[in-house]
Amino acid sequence: MSAAIESKSRRWKRPPLIKNTTLRYALLTLMIIYFIAAFLSYDVNWSRVYQGLDRGWAFIKSFANPDFVTRWSDISEGIWESIVITITSTAVGIVLAIPVALGAASNLASKPIYLICRGFIAIARALHEIIVAILMVAIFGFGPLAGFITLTFSTIGFIAKLLAEDIENISKPQAEAVKSSGAGWWQWINYAVQPQVMPRLIGLSIYRIDINFRSSSILGLVGAGGVGATLNTAFDRYEFDTAAAIILIIIAIVMVLEYSSSFIRAKVQ
Amino acid sequence: MPVTTKDNLKVWQRRDRKKQLSIWFGWLVGVAIFMFCWKIISDATTWFFVFDAPRIAADIGGRAWPPRWSYLSELWKPMWDTINIATLGTLLAIIMGVPVAFLAANNTTPSKKFLRPLALLVIVSTRSINSLVWALLLVSIIGPGIFAGTLAIAIRSIGFVGKLLYEAIEEIDINQVEAIQATGASKLQVIAYGIVPQIMPAFAGLSVFRWDINIRESTILGLVGAGGIGLYLQSSLNTLAWPQVTVILIMILVAVLISEWVSSKVRLAII
Repeated sequence: MSAAIESKSRRWKRPPLIKNTTLRYALLTLMIIYFIAAFLSYDVNWSRVYQGLDRGWAFIKSFANPDFVTRWSDISEGIWESIVITITSTAVGIVLAIPVALGAASNLASKPIYLICRGFIAIARALHEIIVAILMVAIFGFGPLAGFITLTFSTIGFIAKLLAEDIENISKPQAEAVKSSGAGWWQWINYAVQPQVMPRLIGLSIYRIDINFRSSSILGLVGAGGVGATLNTAFDRYEFDTAAAIILIIIAIVMVLEYSSSFIRAKVQ
Repeated sequence: MPVTTKDNLKVWQRRDRKKQLSIWFGWLVGVAIFMFCWKIISDATTWFFVFDAPRIAADIGGRAWPPRWSYLSELWKPMWDTINIATLGTLLAIIMGVPVAFLAANNTTPSKKFLRPLALLVIVSTRSINSLVWALLLVSIIGPGIFAGTLAIAIRSIGFVGKLLYEAIEEIDINQVEAIQATGASKLQVIAYGIVPQIMPAFAGLSVFRWDINIRESTILGLVGAGGIGLYLQSSLNTLAWPQVTVILIMILVAVLISEWVSSKVRLAII
């Protein structure tokens, strides 16, 4: 009897992810309660879902037979506008992100500047592009300029945050060596900080082109230019073959961007 | 190191003439492309509205302040919906994304010729399309509501979970797997005892990270009718109820900052 208990208790068990037993079971119970509550708040109209399955199937079928031709002038105009917004907003965003990143690096900036820059970054990252785009369209009117300003804003938040973290992690001996040679502040930034963070900056910029193109394809939904407006119209009119054509073009461009960006990043870093 | 002689003095230069010229040319092309793109944007812009922008912005700012705090009581339900969309969407994405990741990883895929390209196709296509586009599509297929939003978030996240997880699977330490194999374990046992423990930290980290991103994305899905707080943002904007818009924006900001804080704490605890 006692031998059986002993062999049972000595049996090997996988170590759990959370070591503290009370914490583990408390978290598990909380999660179960949450999921039950969440499921109860769902109100799915299954008959409507069932009706829609036909349309879903029609959409999937339309990928085999996309219609590039009928709305080609709208599609090509939208795609070009998306690309234009991507290029300009990435370029301006990077240029503006550099001073913000310098201000948001705790080893360079004084406390008040640091807090201002970090606050700006937090706001720029927290608000989704679409929300910013709505405000920009309200302020600057419809068109690609609103999209450009939106994406510039979020590019600054993204690059400045990651670049600031990289600046905070630079190797101190190099920075001190340049400083002890009597360099001024600008020279110090240019010769001690910049060469160390340059590969990261290039990598981030190329990655951001990728993100900006993806985002620019939806900005049209709120009137901020790009192919999103055409896509929205296509869905609203159930022209799934045109929608499929647009989605295929977006996927193709994103894939090209992703492959070339991972190629360049591997080369730089 | 290129060195030129100038007035009998050796002058050190960082680059030789050819490299310098090609860099200069690269900048020229870049600036030209930028100016060309800028001209397209400028042509499509009504500059009168832009010059008017400061006045408009001040006007909107004046209307938006003070926020209508009494509206907050109506926002708890949509905020709860938004969090559910993000959480259950992430859960669904994990359920669908994990098998895809195992099919896509070089060292676990059952067939390299057929299933692996298929899994990679699923990962690329779900990742390339924004969740708002998925929501647009699903709303037109299964009707408006938080169910469409949840599915949109889930589909968009499959590619994210799948990609990061299959990269983690490909980077595992093969010795541990061989040790499990040597004990005579079956294929599923090898996965459970040799691979899963190795990818668990990466998996937990990326799930929480994606949940954090999904909170941000689910705040806007209502704009296309997929439920959540975005629906209220849309209706407040349509009725030009700017004080309500301010309340909603503050609420979204707080929710996103809290989720970011939670996710970074959890990731620090795990990794």
